[in-house]
Amino acid sequence: MRPQREQRAGAIRPDSRDPSPLRIDEELVRRMLVQFLREESQKAGLTRAVVGLSGGVDSAVVAALAAEAFGRQNVLAVHTPYRTSSWTSLDHAAGLAEKIGIAFRVVPITPQVDAYFRDVADVSRVRRGNKMARERKSIEFDLAWPDGAVLGTSNKSELLLGYGTWFGDMASSMNPVGDLYKTQLRELAIHVAIPDAIVRKAPSAELWVGQTDEAELGFSYAQADVVLYHLVDRRARPSELVDAGFDGALVTRIRDMVRKSHYKRVMPIIAKVSLRTIGHDFLYPRDWEAD
Amino acid sequence: MSVRVALAQCAPKLGAFDRNMRMHVETIDRARAAGARIVVFPELSLTGYYLKDLASDVACAADDEKLAPLADASRDIDVLAGFVERTRDGRIHIASGYWSAGSLTHVHRKVYLPTYGIFDDARYFAAGERFDPFPTAAGQAGIAICEDAWHPSTPYLYAIRGATILFYPSASPGRGVAEGGDLGTAESCRLMDQFYAQYLTLYVVFVNRVGNEDGIGFWGGSEIVAPDGTVVARAPEFDEYLLFAEMDPALALRERARNPILRDEQHDLVLRHLAERVGLPQGLKEVLDRD
Repeated sequence: MRPQREQRAGAIRPDSRDPSPLRIDEELVRRMLVQFLREESQKAGLTRAVVGLSGGVDSAVVAALAAEAFGRQNVLAVHTPYRTSSWTSLDHAAGLAEKIGIAFRVVPITPQVDAYFRDVADVSRVRRGNKMARERKSIEFDLAWPDGAVLGTSNKSELLLGYGTWFGDMASSMNPVGDLYKTQLRELAIHVAIPDAIVRKAPSAELWVGQTDEAELGFSYAQADVVLYHLVDRRARPSELVDAGFDGALVTRIRDMVRKSHYKRVMPIIAKVSLRTIGHDFLYPRDWEAD
Repeated sequence: MSVRVALAQCAPKLGAFDRNMRMHVETIDRARAAGARIVVFPELSLTGYYLKDLASDVACAADDEKLAPLADASRDIDVLAGFVERTRDGRIHIASGYWSAGSLTHVHRKVYLPTYGIFDDARYFAAGERFDPFPTAAGQAGIAICEDAWHPSTPYLYAIRGATILFYPSASPGRGVAEGGDLGTAESCRLMDQFYAQYLTLYVVFVNRVGNEDGIGFWGGSEIVAPDGTVVARAPEFDEYLLFAEMDPALALRERARNPILRDEQHDLVLRHLAERVGLPQGLKEVLDRD
């Protein structure tokens, strides 16, 4: 009997406290991701990396991977606080940058965001948050020019749920962690020695005071990840999950979020009128004759 | 008398034929200097794998001058290498050529073109139509390109047609990083290698590439498994490596004396059952009726 094999077969488990189907070989994953960053940046002619280091676990892992892939001296961590951002996040980001030995820069975004909205009435916090996310990415791309890669930090849970700002935090030159669920990324974080205080704190986009991902979503990542894993990785039908004991309302909600946000996960579509069209039937690989 | 074989676990550049050819010639020189009689490269080693629309750009006829350096290099060492073949009638194939004593002596065209999951072979390539064994410095051999080997009928057909070596050049993307095991794909490949080697009593020479293409990493882990099921040599995962191993042509014969499964295979029974399902080709039916 090999119980591990059964776990790997992805037997449907409704218990979100049992993360066994999501368990990964962290060392193998680390190795694959470092090689991915090294090779794919080199092919694009990018020798440096810029990471938006928020103080959260996702960007912490990306920064650690980048330090190994690019060399510490070639990684710049940028922390871009708004006036409502927490000082704890700044401390965590600064402490981590120092620990892994990469350059750290703070670029506040309050002046430009507030200037933009100064004469606009009734700005919702989501709208302001989207602007902040895009402002941050604009700064990262500016600091990366001309030879740096902006590394994506969106994880698979966020990407599938559409819980991110399109062309904001979802934008990047390349993303090493987009195929890892939040639960898996936390495990990887422990493996690459991210401090416990960062790994264990409640995930937050920090777009407004008191925001946490799980309160806003209405479910925990542990709950969502097990559902997503079975729906996406194991191709289970929602009805099969319900039959196995999952909460039907949760499964339906998650499935709908994935479907409705799919437009965010593809390149902007192009209207086809010619004989050969980018994205439709002009299909060259990104790594076309690259070094 | 054992025959030294070299397994060239390399990272071809996508669509960069000339650079890849230089890499081949250098690798062949190293293999020759180390006393190898045969050097085996992975699937599409001269062009890279995820070619998409590049497939047509890099295709050439089997007798094209572009391939002449391999013929030249093969005067005192046999070379198995992968390229995109364009036939006279304009079909494009994933092909592996075998060069020996200064000329191309055999071409295998990939029969099974995976077109599911992360694979899209049949969109760009035509399927091969034959599994023909051919002579090598170490005995009769057959070539199974990647997906070919996942169909048990492929090594079976080679074995009953006299092959004692299965060359298995591959471009296998690494995926499946669950805890408690190796890469999912690596486990599957090793299982196949050992099973085919031991139960068809032949050498399996699995040569997998490494490197990344468009975000997908190939895992390497090339190996050679003897007809008694023992792993003779295995290359590391993810890194370029030139692996050497000794093949003993007499071992297959000794194993077949001890373990005569192949001898006892009832070809006519297999054929009858297949014929019940798909009928017999016209020419073959006349032969059988006459008998």
